[in-house]
Amino acid sequence: MSVTTPTPAVESAGPPAPARAHWQHRLAERGVDRHLWLLTPALLFVVLLFLYPFFYGLGLSFQPTEGGPFSDYARFFGDAYQRDTIWTTLGLALPAALLNVVASVPIAYRMRGRFRGKRLVTILLVVPITLGTVLTAQGLLNFLGPTGWFNRVLTALHLTDEPIRLVHNYWGVFFSLVITGFPFAFLLVLSYLSGIDPTLERAAATLGAGWWQRFRMITLPLLMPGLATTFCLTFVLAFSVFPSAVLVGNPAGETRVISIAAYQAAYEQYDYPYASAIAMIMGLIELVVIAVVLFARTRFYTGSTGGKG
Amino acid sequence: MTAGAKAFSQLRLQGVSRRFGGHDALRDLDLTIEAGEFVALLGPSGCGKSTALNCLAGLLPLTAGSIWQDERRIDTLPPERRGFGMVFQNYALFPHMSVRANIAFGLRMRRLPKDEIRRRTDEAVRLVRLEDHAGKLPGQLSGGQQQRVAIARAVVLEPSLVLMDEPLSNLDAKLRLEMRTEIRRLHQSLGLTTVYVTHDQEEALSLADRLVVLREGRVQQIGAPEELHTRPANWHVADFMGYRNLWTMRVREAADGTVAVERDGLRLVGVPVGPVAPGDEVIVAVRPEDVRVDQGDATTNAVPAEIEVVEYQGRELAAEAVTAAGSRVHLRTDRRVAPGDPVTLSIDPQRLLVFPGDAAATRPADKAAAVVEEPGLVG
Repeated sequence: MSVTTPTPAVESAGPPAPARAHWQHRLAERGVDRHLWLLTPALLFVVLLFLYPFFYGLGLSFQPTEGGPFSDYARFFGDAYQRDTIWTTLGLALPAALLNVVASVPIAYRMRGRFRGKRLVTILLVVPITLGTVLTAQGLLNFLGPTGWFNRVLTALHLTDEPIRLVHNYWGVFFSLVITGFPFAFLLVLSYLSGIDPTLERAAATLGAGWWQRFRMITLPLLMPGLATTFCLTFVLAFSVFPSAVLVGNPAGETRVISIAAYQAAYEQYDYPYASAIAMIMGLIELVVIAVVLFARTRFYTGSTGGKG
Repeated sequence: MTAGAKAFSQLRLQGVSRRFGGHDALRDLDLTIEAGEFVALLGPSGCGKSTALNCLAGLLPLTAGSIWQDERRIDTLPPERRGFGMVFQNYALFPHMSVRANIAFGLRMRRLPKDEIRRRTDEAVRLVRLEDHAGKLPGQLSGGQQQRVAIARAVVLEPSLVLMDEPLSNLDAKLRLEMRTEIRRLHQSLGLTTVYVTHDQEEALSLADRLVVLREGRVQQIGAPEELHTRPANWHVADFMGYRNLWTMRVREAADGTVAVERDGLRLVGVPVGPVAPGDEVIVAVRPEDVRVDQGDATTNAVPAEIEVVEYQGRELAAEAVTAAGSRVHLRTDRRVAPGDPVTLSIDPQRLLVFPGDAAATRPADKAAAVVEEPGLVG
């Protein structure tokens, strides 16, 4: 606390110094009061369920079974089979997150007004959130598998002679990520969009802007910070993909994502320090991507957009 | 843009109507606006004035009627092709663009050459005296400055018509007066045809060349400010134009030019506005400033009363008095009256307007008369 010292007592003839406020009032000025105790349960949870496991894992990753403190990290980056999981995961998570965000924008843009059946459409778009990854994978296997409806229709229409492979490879995981990630992206984008005052576009219209100009010059720039945040969230969801990479992917080959590498280290080789190191690398990559996106976000206007949101 | 800022000599609204669900927000608005005119649409909230403005701007499709700019029908054009400027109630400035970029937006949409955009933007910035703030974002400006940006953004295109939707309602009282003068000054110097929506009769009277009073989606009266001020067409308009004293009374006798009314022993003489016959229930309207206090020898319309509430309003006092029969009278006076003072009120019969009640026809040709009113809502 940087409290200025009271006027020296030498000038006793001067006006009396104003009485100093009670210490409780001074603390309250700085936001310190009894209500701070309400944070205790949340802090307890954060410490017990996040901070402790995180630092435990971080410490563990520097205590490999053999070699110096960084040898597990060196092992991961030295082994091409392991190292490539980073690119495999990014190759899935980045396009999936991007598609989810980009596809949400036109749908949310169309749906921000009021219209008949809006609730029904929203429910249909959001239902996949409630399905677990396993159920989605099951559905994908049935629908897109070699004998699934999709291929049967294609064959019946003589569009293809042999079934197109859409599961147990990259595309199976990609579809699964889109199905589970889209509702999140859509709901977020919809709420960001309804936070933009619709009068702004009407004003642009009276100034001679057509619909595309209105979208590109008014709505999109105001929406960009929201899209960046949405991208970060869906990216993190997609980057930690695990069940669908196993169930509808090819976990030994093209969809051997980084979480599979960590799983194998922990539960097949029982090398916890190595698994921890992989988990730390995973977190670091996520942080780097988020940092890049959030840095780009600062280049946009992030203030009030006048709407109700 | 094909519409551009092409001027017109006349803008005609013919039977313009707008329904929302089963509710008529605006019905059969007929209005001809001459180039250079300042027209105010006036009425209480929900009267259809903003609906009319949005229909003119093209932001709301009509359900019936048509709008003509000289011989060209424009009600089917989208807003971006009408070339009208609009000032919104919440200003609707683009928050991510500087003051200068906001003002230049419309010019850029018209794909004008760069140096012309710069020149006209500079000019508009100067016009609204925001030279020191041209690089700021709208969020860094005060309400009055934002308002000026909104006006500059609309007028920089030299539109054939400027639409203003209650542009002063979000400002404090002092700023409102200043901006009112500013808008009037702009209108006089640029000669822009303007349609101005407001619920503030004082604002409308001081700004407009012509007023359109709306109520429940229907036109009540169209006329010059003075006409509406001294000769309201019906008691709803009177109510809106500052006739705070509205009493329901009964006609005793009606000769040509004067009518005698009565209630609870109180007898008054006034001027009929519209057809009244003995026995009719009528509404008597008087402005507070037309009620005189203790003017000695007055014999007609002299009413003893007692002052009940006094509000200090600078040079004058606004007071409420109660007559022996319990009627409340709003009045303005420069006498120093105090609550409890017994006074004699008098009203010049020429200033006491007697309107037919809603049960009788307001005006024989007026469809509005079919609607049943609740006089209890007068306020």
